[in-house]
Amino acid sequence: MTAPAVLRRSEAVVFLVIVAAMLAIGAINPAFWQLGNLFSLLRSNVITGIMALGVLTVMISGGIDVSFPAFAMTAMYLTLRWMLAGGHGGVAVPFAMATAIGIALGALNAFFVHSVRMIPLIVTLGTAALARGFLLGVVGTSNINIDRMPPQLIGFAGTELLATTGPGGAHIGLTAMLPIYLGLALAVHLLLRHTMLGRAVFALGGDREAARRAGFDLARTTYFVYGLAGGLAGFAGLLHVSMIWLANPHDLAGMELDVIAAVVLGGASIFGGRGSVVGTMLGVFMLVMVNNSLIIMHISTTWQRVVVGVIIIAATALTALRDRRRAG
Amino acid sequence: MPPFLELRHVGKSFAGVRALDNVSLAIDAGALHCLAGENGSGKSTLIKIISGVTQPDQGEILFGGQPQRALSPARAIARGVQVIFQDFALFGNLTVAENLALSSELRDGRRLVNWRRVRAVAAEAVARLGVELDLDADVERLPTSGRQLVAIARALMSDARLLIMDEPTTALTRREVETLFRIVRDIRARGIAVLFVSHKMREMLEISERITVLRNGRVAAAGATADFDEAAITRAMTGQEIAATPYRWQGQAGVPRLDVRGLAVPGRFAPIDLAVQPGEIVGIAGLLGSGRTDVALSLFGMHPSYQGRIAIDGAERRIASVPEAIACGIAYVPEDRLTEGLFATQSIARNLLAGSLGRFTRAGLLDLVRAGAAARAMVQSLQIATPTAERPVMELSGGNQQRVVLGRWLLTEARLLVLNGPTVGVDVGSKSGIHRTLRALAMERGLAILMISDDGPELVQNCNRILVMHRGRMVDELAGEAMTEAALAERLRGLS
Repeated sequence: MTAPAVLRRSEAVVFLVIVAAMLAIGAINPAFWQLGNLFSLLRSNVITGIMALGVLTVMISGGIDVSFPAFAMTAMYLTLRWMLAGGHGGVAVPFAMATAIGIALGALNAFFVHSVRMIPLIVTLGTAALARGFLLGVVGTSNINIDRMPPQLIGFAGTELLATTGPGGAHIGLTAMLPIYLGLALAVHLLLRHTMLGRAVFALGGDREAARRAGFDLARTTYFVYGLAGGLAGFAGLLHVSMIWLANPHDLAGMELDVIAAVVLGGASIFGGRGSVVGTMLGVFMLVMVNNSLIIMHISTTWQRVVVGVIIIAATALTALRDRRRAG
Repeated sequence: MPPFLELRHVGKSFAGVRALDNVSLAIDAGALHCLAGENGSGKSTLIKIISGVTQPDQGEILFGGQPQRALSPARAIARGVQVIFQDFALFGNLTVAENLALSSELRDGRRLVNWRRVRAVAAEAVARLGVELDLDADVERLPTSGRQLVAIARALMSDARLLIMDEPTTALTRREVETLFRIVRDIRARGIAVLFVSHKMREMLEISERITVLRNGRVAAAGATADFDEAAITRAMTGQEIAATPYRWQGQAGVPRLDVRGLAVPGRFAPIDLAVQPGEIVGIAGLLGSGRTDVALSLFGMHPSYQGRIAIDGAERRIASVPEAIACGIAYVPEDRLTEGLFATQSIARNLLAGSLGRFTRAGLLDLVRAGAAARAMVQSLQIATPTAERPVMELSGGNQQRVVLGRWLLTEARLLVLNGPTVGVDVGSKSGIHRTLRALAMERGLAILMISDDGPELVQNCNRILVMHRGRMVDELAGEAMTEAALAERLRGLS
């Protein structure tokens, strides 16, 4: 291979694919390039993106997490119920609470993965079922509609960075949740790349035994990665319902596939030890854009699942090939 | 001056089994000491005691003449003891620089990573070793020898006084071993003692100043290397003489078992002619990358686009896949038996039968009684040391595992056995057992054997002919009186 080093990085490949896809979609339907569509595309990145940051960290450590959508809904729903029952308001406290519930649930994953030495996929499948079942059985199944949603949350999530009026007088705004996503992404990037805790995550995913011998605290690292994934999920769960003004305990089911697909697409290895925040953000953008564009190209939403499936298999095949070449 | 490290009358039992019994050992500062012994002789336990991982039941450990109580891994490291394990304990997904710097960053209790410092620390460690390493390469992209250098450089970073190397030459070519020895002598010249744990006698004699041989947890022999020769070490390790009589093929040249004309794989090796008679053991020597493995792989159907003709027992065959090779009676035993050959958690019997289940069917159904009997018979005839064929194969020692791989091929009624590094990583006693088995199979059953090996003495002792390959060509053949270890070493040295 004679490609320059920068082009061999999976981030660069995904970036070029995104550019090509944007040109193609724009050629089929020029409406793609309208400001309103681009802003809505960025807005759709926020929730998937925040959750993907947690999943990325888990995957680098050599684990996997399929429980975060269930955790997100549990943290969100418990927080909302608490707000409604006690008449609590505010923004910071509810988000802190949802995050804390997510962290606690993530710690449960870490306990089974680290202390009981169970396989992460099985653990998180189990805790996901547990969380969803608990939510439906104990807290109830009723939706919380816009009329009962705390207005401060709606107001917060509706904040816009800039707003304009499009053709036909439609309101076009760029959500202020985007910088929150970007800020979290920067924080996770710095954490993974520039702290010993972050390098411990890579070490654990690279070779567990070597990490133990080198003196890394594996328990702390495992609790950190699953706690981070849970906390980000809880935060994103509450943000999600604040943005769509509707809390439905069945929401986000199946989202784990999209997020894992995005993370793998961004170059993270299923086997652990590899992955980057930039790659993950590009992977999320790619996936969200494809889903979003199928809608504006009037392709049935059922086909979106097919596309997600194809993307997962293609991205995993590519990383598997890459890993095989490394090994050989 | 008291020795850097001294063990006095150390004993250790595990669950009533005596792993070490009254072992005494002294290592002077800057000495090159060899610890020899077969698998299960107590070498690993001794390393664990020196590195503080395991505490002895009896005896004393002294550093610089001072008794050391309750040695922990952290205290052993503080005393300057560094162990390089066989798996190196490196992070393949991280760069060379980070692998080198991580431990010291961790030890210094840093929370943030300063990449410039990481690089500087790593560059200094590599420079101190006097080798060239690409600091930005991912470790998993390095060859074994490169990974070993990273492990050595890392061990030396922490002010090491004693470097323990566990089987350091196992996966290295002869040339890489020479580089390693040069580095080890450099390290020694800086006053750092090296404890070489090995079962390769030639290397022990070449590198060390003192040798301690363990057998069944006791010191079987100890002294200056100058007082030892191969026979003495073997005697100490095994407790018996192992005769080194060369293999002589007595048969008459008839229809060859394997007759190869103009066999070539473009880009891998040039056309070769080769004939092997039933009962012959033919060696292939050559440096790594000489094409010798590709010859074996093409005979086993793994280079389907080969050119030339292959005839088995006089009948020309086209071997374009592994099943076709097996159908021709060709068996291939790869070097890395653990990852390429065996199902580690499955029973010995199942492993033995894995290639030949088709032979034990009746109307499409498996005849488990007949298959089981065949497996048990094979366990007996190969003298695989196990109470029953139902034990998982991973419980066996390396030598016995290798016999299971051999046994599997024998059950397929192989007529030509191609071996690649048949005794890599196998201790002396098992090694001679495998050699005995191979020679008996060739002599008594008329099996034809092609043996590829880096181990010159192994080839000279067990082959009746040795072919030398270099850069994809057959460049030489040794047979009869001309086939000596010295002659073979001479030929190999001449290649570059």
